[in-house]
Amino acid sequence: MSAASQSFEAPAEARTSAAPAGRRSGRAVSARLLLGVVLPLGLGLVWEAVVASGFASGRLMPPPSRVIAELVRLASTGALWEHSLITLSRVLGGFAGGAVAGIALGVLTGTSRLLRDLLDPSFQALRSIPSIAWVPLFILWLGIFEASKVTLIAVGVFFPVYLGVSSALMSVDRRTAEVGRIFRLSRLATVRRILLPSILPATVVALRTGLGLGWMFVVAAEFMGASSGLGYLLVDGQQLGKPTQILAAILTFAVLGKATDAILASLAAPFLRWQDSVGEAP
Amino acid sequence: MLQLDHLSKTYPNGTLALDGVSLTLREGEILAVVGGSGCGKSTLLRLASGLDTPSRGRVLLDGQVVAEPVARIGMVFQEPRLLPWLSVAENVAFGIRELPEAQRRARVEALLGEVGLSDYAARWPKELSGGQAQRVAIARALAPEPDVLLLDEPFSALDAFTRIDLQDHLIRLWQHHKRTFLLVTHDIEEAVALADRVVVMKPDPGRLAAEIPLDLPRPRLRSSAPFQAAERAVRGALSDALRREPQRTILN
Repeated sequence: MSAASQSFEAPAEARTSAAPAGRRSGRAVSARLLLGVVLPLGLGLVWEAVVASGFASGRLMPPPSRVIAELVRLASTGALWEHSLITLSRVLGGFAGGAVAGIALGVLTGTSRLLRDLLDPSFQALRSIPSIAWVPLFILWLGIFEASKVTLIAVGVFFPVYLGVSSALMSVDRRTAEVGRIFRLSRLATVRRILLPSILPATVVALRTGLGLGWMFVVAAEFMGASSGLGYLLVDGQQLGKPTQILAAILTFAVLGKATDAILASLAAPFLRWQDSVGEAP
Repeated sequence: MLQLDHLSKTYPNGTLALDGVSLTLREGEILAVVGGSGCGKSTLLRLASGLDTPSRGRVLLDGQVVAEPVARIGMVFQEPRLLPWLSVAENVAFGIRELPEAQRRARVEALLGEVGLSDYAARWPKELSGGQAQRVAIARALAPEPDVLLLDEPFSALDAFTRIDLQDHLIRLWQHHKRTFLLVTHDIEEAVALADRVVVMKPDPGRLAAEIPLDLPRPRLRSSAPFQAAERAVRGALSDALRREPQRTILN
């Protein structure tokens, strides 16, 4: 009987493992990556040629070669690392605070009806305030230095994380939760052994959204009275009329933003290997 | 053993799903509850498990009222409901966390062996077929060694071959563990293949219609004349239960 069952079940297993492998062979992936580079690379080369042949001066929109030269100059003086490091530490500080608060309050409101009714309306009201609007108040309260900047970033990170965690908890499948009831888990054990693992994928998405917003808010924070950081490089470049410096800072933002997101995603990946999804990593 | 005492269930929307059902399980038997959809048989099982509370009546286990899930009653749902973030072995061990490590591991190994999935202990649930997943769910329900196992249409989502295979697995588990099984199903063949006694339910509201004892020897041969006679008896009782309904005049 068991031999018969295995022969019936074997094709199903073969199908699940064969399908993703067939769809994404290594060559197809690299070809698609290449395709994504065509547009920015092409535009850059065209602009480079236009400026080199004298049709445009490239004063306001410098060609890639000048932006790269500026990056090299900033890197060689050490300014690039210094400003990047300061911005990065602000983002990470704000992200840590906002993420911890968002997860903690999200779990509380997502698992307790009383706390949800008590707290959630206030958070929803606060959420509808554009976070930048807090800046004057934070500066009054916390001064113009690090505390007000990190707080602003933390506020920006908090809301997507809070909302993601709280709503994921409320949409956990009743049938999964019943498994906990049948095995008589306490309320705390249900949260720990059923609810939190259930919402892990949604939490990772919320954290990545929060990190993205953290990068957005660090620029806003550094626009206001900073004397260091990549946002300061942007303002400085505008005031001194140096578009190469602005573009160099923008590029650095892009690289750092992408890099931190990739690090966060790869830190989470080992905990999500159980997921059965289309976009699963090969 | 398990006693369902005049159970009625009215849902908040006013639907009377179950009306005064009484049943007593005998120690070590397999009792199958058969009925069409909407006859309240899943409601009956949810009340017996303590997941839902009856509007009237009570569930008694050896004279003690069951008001919430208890360790002595296990449950297998219609879907496997495995926890996707736990390996197969961890899923089986889900309900026996309080046991010492060595004992827990031994029990998980034994159960996975019994359901023929020893090689799958480290796999994720997503890597299992439907039949394998349901076998893991049965092993998980048996792990705390409950006295009564409730099964809510456990094989209804499976293809015919896998279903027969799992029914055989279930009988072997029952013979080995000597527990009392309460099985809800809409599959007459399944009821006759597994049960010592079949209870037929009728709908609107859910009530008991007939009880058919099966004294077929095991292992039961599905193609044998007594088996098919028993199937006919159950089918007859089932259509009688529907025919007596005043609302249901048209029957094919």
